[in-house]
Amino acid sequence: MSAAVFARIHQALAVAAGEPVIAHGILVLQIEPAALASTVRALKEQFGFDMFLDVTAVDWPDRIPRFDVVHHFYSTTAHVRVRLKTRVGIDDPVVDSLVPLYGAARYMERECHEMYGIVFRGNPDLRPLLLYEGFVGHPLRKDYPKQREQPLVPYRDPPQ
Amino acid sequence: MTTTRKPVSERSAAFEYLTTKKDELVGWARKFSLFPYPFVTACCGMEFMSVSSTPYDTDRFGAALPRFTPRQSDLLMVVGTISHKQAPVLKRVYEQMCEPKWVMAFGVCATSGGFYQNYAALPGIDKIIPVDIYIPGCPPRPEMVIDGIMRLQERIAGQRHPIINQDF
Repeated sequence: MSAAVFARIHQALAVAAGEPVIAHGILVLQIEPAALASTVRALKEQFGFDMFLDVTAVDWPDRIPRFDVVHHFYSTTAHVRVRLKTRVGIDDPVVDSLVPLYGAARYMERECHEMYGIVFRGNPDLRPLLLYEGFVGHPLRKDYPKQREQPLVPYRDPPQ
Repeated sequence: MTTTRKPVSERSAAFEYLTTKKDELVGWARKFSLFPYPFVTACCGMEFMSVSSTPYDTDRFGAALPRFTPRQSDLLMVVGTISHKQAPVLKRVYEQMCEPKWVMAFGVCATSGGFYQNYAALPGIDKIIPVDIYIPGCPPRPEMVIDGIMRLQERIAGQRHPIINQDF
């Protein structure tokens, strides 16, 4: 059943031609940043993807453009999942916010923003969520030093 | 509890004897009336529940009744990972406790950060507050916690306990 749904979605939405890419039972669509909002709107309104599962990013330090912004959606009627991958570069890591379409995007985009530095154009509130005010840098980027700490309380001197 | 005492030459033997006996008495009383404040943040909390309830039962050591306000407690049990974002809260809780107070680092995360060495985790609560007893383990077995409590009790029994002024 899901194969037929995937084929229809792929035919209607995929920019690149060719066979639909299915990874672990999920349809994967590679799209341009400019096409993100319209693609998601079509997924929601035409294909019934009513649940926004997650947004995260993948950092490929040696690749240009450097980041994959990865969205996951689920259809509670067709019981299928779809994954969108959007490539953005380090100079302009901006994609459209999905807050107008899915309320859940508010918090997930905040997390992705602080961890990877992706800017979600149109999200009204990109304050730190898990991190704190004053934290410098984006800890899940590959070039963040893994032992760099930014303590809020000064350490005791000498620690005993 | 580091208080400076008068040089021995200025104190009488009777005073010295009385002070020692007083310290023994107060230490004996205090070691069996620990009121823990459980600062539980992570999975070690499961072992904390185990050690504080029926099968292991810290009530046997007088450390049963958790006080959920730091102002009424004298043993701060830090159970679990402390993140940098949480460190100011822990520091505040410690400062709110009245003297005498003791701190127990329960599990490796509270002791040293454990396997977390990254942007988020505080590498040991002794970076911000003094710690009296460390219990390793991920999580520690209840027997280890009981051993830790007993060692802390030994320390309390052997400490000086100034109750009127710093000499007595």
